[in-house]
Amino acid sequence: MSQKPKLALYWASSCGGCEIAVANLHEKILAVADFFDFMFSPCLLDTKCKDIEALPDGAIAATLFNGAIRTGENEKMAHLLRRKSGLLIAYGSCAIGGGIPALSNLHTRDEHLRTVYLDSPTLDNPRQVIPQTETRVPEGELELPRFYERVQNLSEVVPVDYFIPGCPPETDQVWNVLQVLMSGAALPPRGSVLGAGDSSVCDECARKRTDKTVREFHRIWEIIPDPEQCLLEQGLLCMGVATRSGCGGKCPSVNMPCIGCYGPPAGVYDQGAKLVSTLGSIMDIAPIRDLKDEQEIYKRVDQVLERIPDLAGVACKFSMASPTRTSTSSGESQDDENRND
Amino acid sequence: MKTVTIDPITRLEGHGRIEIFLDDAGNVANVYFQVPELRGFEQFCKGRPVEDMPVITNRICGVCPEAHHMAATKALDDLFQVEPPPAAKKVRELFYMSFYVTDHATHFYVLGGPDFIVGPDAPPAERNILGVIGKVGLETGKQVIACRARNHEIIRQLGGRAIHPTAGVPGGWSRSITPELRGEIETVARQNVDFARFSLKAFADLVLANPAYRDLILSDVYLHRTYSMGTVDAANQLNFYDGLIRVVDPEGEETLKYPCREYTQHIAERVEPWTYLKFPYLKKVGWKGFVDGKESGVYMATPLSRLNASDRLATPLANEEFEKFYATFGSQRVKGRYQPVHHRLATHWARLIEMLYAAERMLELAQDPEITSPEVRRIPSGAINPAGGIGSVEAPRGTLTHHYEADSRGLVTRANLIVGTTNNYAPIVMSLKRAAEKMIHGGQVIEEGLLNRIEMGFRLYDPCFSCATHALPGQMPLTVNLRDARGELVRTLRRG
Repeated sequence: MSQKPKLALYWASSCGGCEIAVANLHEKILAVADFFDFMFSPCLLDTKCKDIEALPDGAIAATLFNGAIRTGENEKMAHLLRRKSGLLIAYGSCAIGGGIPALSNLHTRDEHLRTVYLDSPTLDNPRQVIPQTETRVPEGELELPRFYERVQNLSEVVPVDYFIPGCPPETDQVWNVLQVLMSGAALPPRGSVLGAGDSSVCDECARKRTDKTVREFHRIWEIIPDPEQCLLEQGLLCMGVATRSGCGGKCPSVNMPCIGCYGPPAGVYDQGAKLVSTLGSIMDIAPIRDLKDEQEIYKRVDQVLERIPDLAGVACKFSMASPTRTSTSSGESQDDENRND
Repeated sequence: MKTVTIDPITRLEGHGRIEIFLDDAGNVANVYFQVPELRGFEQFCKGRPVEDMPVITNRICGVCPEAHHMAATKALDDLFQVEPPPAAKKVRELFYMSFYVTDHATHFYVLGGPDFIVGPDAPPAERNILGVIGKVGLETGKQVIACRARNHEIIRQLGGRAIHPTAGVPGGWSRSITPELRGEIETVARQNVDFARFSLKAFADLVLANPAYRDLILSDVYLHRTYSMGTVDAANQLNFYDGLIRVVDPEGEETLKYPCREYTQHIAERVEPWTYLKFPYLKKVGWKGFVDGKESGVYMATPLSRLNASDRLATPLANEEFEKFYATFGSQRVKGRYQPVHHRLATHWARLIEMLYAAERMLELAQDPEITSPEVRRIPSGAINPAGGIGSVEAPRGTLTHHYEADSRGLVTRANLIVGTTNNYAPIVMSLKRAAEKMIHGGQVIEEGLLNRIEMGFRLYDPCFSCATHALPGQMPLTVNLRDARGELVRTLRRG
């Protein structure tokens, strides 16, 4: 048995990008493998579940848990790894706020199943089949896990020690965190964000701000932005102002708005609300001093906002399962409904 | 009746699960490969702004986000009826070639290659990247790392981020290439060409020169005579970024050639109640079940099928390898094409030939005088095509199609996605069944052999599920449960 501290990387409902961010450590991965007994995700599968269960509680020094909680299996592994890990780290936007998979929370389960199996332009499904949790085939019985109604974040299910934001976290930031863990240096208080700054993406964006107000918003396909001016001031809905620093402002550096993947900056609870309050301060709805009718002011505000359809999907793209949008109590199981139809 | 359950990553959703049913004589009655997760992008893309599709759908896969980003961006070109400037198309393709080199290199050296380089019968503990390094030397291991590093850096520079790029917009690409960056890219492209040639030589020395491995590739293990799909240019040469989708029948006869816009006329997806993934097939031929042959609408969309669907390759060195490949299998040219190769294990070889093509194409594009043009965007009129927008590329794992419809405000009203691996769902089931049939006779299971063959069957398709089932150690954990007629567990085979 290796005496090296154990580091685990577990993948729940996610795309694999968080793993690639680790693989992109390139030659530095050798240093990580030298220091840690590196337990890659497959080590934590059912085949090895018993081995993990056999470990003393807290035996894994740190687990980087990526992905949202979409299934009973994800939830079960979250509990097991919480128990076995000294540090349980929510690694990446999906584990922290649900990420892209949690856009699913804007829709019902039935809508998903209907769209995918009953209303696709390439469908061959005359008998209106929807996948079932149990199917009798000629040779026997087949089972499928149920499709859950809601996507949850990790901290809804178990207590989380630290958070590493990003979709995915930038590799140099992952390296920063691993170096701290390997150095044995004191860690910040539990609950802190690691591998990111405290301020906003604007603070690391090279673009110039002139405190201009915005009279009209544009969609990215409508304009070619000036390469040096602030994108928000050019009327593009850039999330930088409501997003935590740490990525280096990469998207604006290629003339694209920040999409908010690092979540809210320090001290901000709700990323979407932060964006909306910023819009309130920069939106120019023309002089209102002489306006008597409040309705006229509302109308002007609406006219500007009309250019930003789907504010929820844009401003909360990575945080639809964040605690502010959680209506169920922590750890509530979704096991009560067992069928897909 | 006995049931053998192989749960590669047991009960983990998002990943595959194999159920093998035996008949009373103890032979394979049927094999089911279940995909037990649905994420529902087709639903939750609805209501989102269309321009967000390239950055939402690339989160389908963190291993090949570039492919989704590109297919979505091309679908937006079609939705807005806008033709990107020539330089924009070239920058996109250059970005995409860099991605192809790193993706194929990763598969060959880390995921699929160990089966061959280290050997299919080597102990599982050695069949991984470390075993590969043991065979080919530490220097090569470092080269694999260097190849991934330099191409991810190009991807970051061109796409904004190394993972989940952001630069695709309807009508173009959000950044142009400076002369300095062009120089860097050319250097990387040259290194890629050298590395791809080195890899093909390693394959020739370690695999083709070894009679046992060569026989394995030429044998009928995983031989399935299905249709082959790939994207070709105007001269019927393979192209990853753009072209017409061409399908050839098991004899090599061209059956279909169509722009991706017409895909709904040619592809249908079958729903089965026991899996969340649908089974695409050729509409014209029809669904006949999980069977080979010209009468069955099952097709493959892989590196092997792309070579089968092409008359030749557009770059000189890769085309030489293309010729060698078909000569090795004794294929003859009929009506301009080689008779298709159906030996699925040859997919690994085809993947390396594609890697060389991608590297050469990357170099060509890096040397194109137009590549540094600042004209990389065209602003669309804003009118949205009521017929929707459809875009496709060749993803490393198969033809990838994105299809969106939108309302007048540019919000998605309908989305349909046929992803690389999905094309191959039926062929994968067939290869797994073949593996089971070879290793289970009269109730006797060749235990290690079954696990090996199942792994190899998976890996040759490089399925997206393998993103999960393979990690750097390169070993797929497997559990095989043997059950008697009453479903009682008889014994368990395990690796992991």
